[in-house]
Amino acid sequence: MTRSPLIQLKDVVKTLGANRVLNGVNLSICRGEITAIIGKSGSGKSVLLKHVIGLYEPDGGAILFDGRLRAAMTPAERRALKNKFSYVFQDTALFDFLNVFENVALPLKERNALSLAEVSRRVRDKLHQLDLHDVEDKYPAQLSGGMKKRVALARALVTDPEIVLFDEPTTGLDPIRKNAVHSMILDYQRRFGFTGVVVSHEIPDIFFISQRVAMLDEGRIVFEGGPDEIQEAAAPEVKNFIQGLESPRDDLTGIASHSIGQNRLLQEMSRLQRYRIPFSIVLLAMDNLEDVDRIAGHVVAQTVFKAFANHVTQNTYITDTCFRFDINKILVVLPDTNEEQARDFCRKLSRTMQSHALFGSIEPVKGFCYSVSAGVAQANKDSGPDELIAAAGQRVAVFYECRN
Amino acid sequence: MAILVTLKSPIAAIGREVLDFTQHLGSLFLFFMWGFVLIFQPPFQFDKFRQQVYFIGMKSVFVICLTGAFTGMVLGLQGYYALVRYGSTAALGSAVALSLVREMGPVLTAIMIIARAGSSMTAEIGIMRISEQIDALRTMDINPMRFLVSPRIAAALICFPLLTALFDVVGLYGGYLSGSALLGLNPAFYFARAQSSVEMSDIIGGFIKSIAFAVVVVTVCCFQGYYTHTRAEFGAKGVSISTTSAVVISCVLVLVTDYVLTTFLL
Repeated sequence: MTRSPLIQLKDVVKTLGANRVLNGVNLSICRGEITAIIGKSGSGKSVLLKHVIGLYEPDGGAILFDGRLRAAMTPAERRALKNKFSYVFQDTALFDFLNVFENVALPLKERNALSLAEVSRRVRDKLHQLDLHDVEDKYPAQLSGGMKKRVALARALVTDPEIVLFDEPTTGLDPIRKNAVHSMILDYQRRFGFTGVVVSHEIPDIFFISQRVAMLDEGRIVFEGGPDEIQEAAAPEVKNFIQGLESPRDDLTGIASHSIGQNRLLQEMSRLQRYRIPFSIVLLAMDNLEDVDRIAGHVVAQTVFKAFANHVTQNTYITDTCFRFDINKILVVLPDTNEEQARDFCRKLSRTMQSHALFGSIEPVKGFCYSVSAGVAQANKDSGPDELIAAAGQRVAVFYECRN
Repeated sequence: MAILVTLKSPIAAIGREVLDFTQHLGSLFLFFMWGFVLIFQPPFQFDKFRQQVYFIGMKSVFVICLTGAFTGMVLGLQGYYALVRYGSTAALGSAVALSLVREMGPVLTAIMIIARAGSSMTAEIGIMRISEQIDALRTMDINPMRFLVSPRIAAALICFPLLTALFDVVGLYGGYLSGSALLGLNPAFYFARAQSSVEMSDIIGGFIKSIAFAVVVVTVCCFQGYYTHTRAEFGAKGVSISTTSAVVISCVLVLVTDYVLTTFLL
């Protein structure tokens, strides 16, 4: 697929006071992708984002939209362009004199394109999706930090924008809500196909939802590439930054992080090659997590995933390693195990989940079927970890279903 | 050469101050004109206008009545004892009415509104600025000037003359209370002289002043809040200094404007 840049920043320079915040930034943001901008605190990520939406004008360089120079646009064109954007502020920037409903309704009301009934319907819809329907009469000062973040998200998404800029949307949220926000961004991006730019410190979680990652350091983009490429980036500033921020445990599930898991997989590969000790992997996926998102809400979906991860860890031995492989996937590395034994592990896991009611603590959604699938593959010494995971991904079979 | 530089530097400093001041006045004027023009940009913001009329106007009624009554009473009292020496206490109605309609009404009303509504306008807009709420409006393609400043300008232009009229009426009755009810002046004399001495030009002059004060107060207060982020002080400290400046500058400008307008209206 050809990547077409929607927004291009060319040699953008910005000085605020005596401080040169952006020092020749070159960045391409592609249509329909989520681009994550990472970097140290105070490295100018938010300033960069404000240039994209036009809150700041660059001192030097150019910003292009669809190949057109923004500086050369007429005021009407700029307004039309701005209407395509939404921005989620780091500190939410909710209007403290308006209640939650009025805050979310404001961008729709001010555009005067919809009837009040339609505005009300859309706002209530969005509040429900973000689990905010019971606080619509409250004012921002009466809400917790997490709720404020969700209200800000609801306000940004209510206009169905084409480009959404998120300035640290998950800072200060608990792991479930943080993952709920990430899955919501991904879910909305898939459903509406908007182009997203997310400034974030959440490493590696942000890599699960982004197709492109750019790292800003000392006012310049020092890395731009896919999320897999950044893990292998050789530049010391990138490497140090990623390793410094990455936690050994996944925040939501408590299982090993992606990089720890990958290392374990490499260790097992080398044990296999040196001592011919077999091992297998099981790729477990909550197939319809996105549907859970839509039907029961993002918070419920993340709680379900956390419950699922608990079941998986309870069924593994201390020598096994399970780690979060993707936003809805867990990969289990089973040492000294052949494919048949790995299938036994799946059967046992399935039985435990059936008998303990996987989603016991979660309010059931009538008629909805929670589905988990598993792909099993035994490693052989000639293939690498990527081929092994791909093989497991191809042999997927649904092994657990729970219909309410 | 050194003497020349020393001599020049204070003159240059004065020149810089004058230039800064002129530039500031120009910014204030443009700020007002921008906000004023946007009042008429459809769709009209009736709801926000109504809320501001309630905030600036309705909520000031009590304090205006209170200050109006006591100002009238003091004028009645002082006027009575000044006039009684010359045996012309019958002129008390004229003295109180003219003082109120021409000067005290518009000026004191403006100062009371600055204290009650102007300071909170600055603080509210200032807090919106430092908490990025104004930026949020811009990202939603909502013009912050139209959203925040225009309704306040429109409401102030309506409320100032009405509150001034209220101040005048209550003040007149305050003068009656102290002059007639307490000190025994014939009420018929008091009201007859008040009625005969006040001409339409006095009332119009009072209203012109109150409209001019509305422009001054709302512009200074909104401007100080709107540009609070350009101050050297950040955050809450910046807002607090903006609020103090708004109150001081608008009070001083009200008095200066009053003097200038009086010279033209007399």
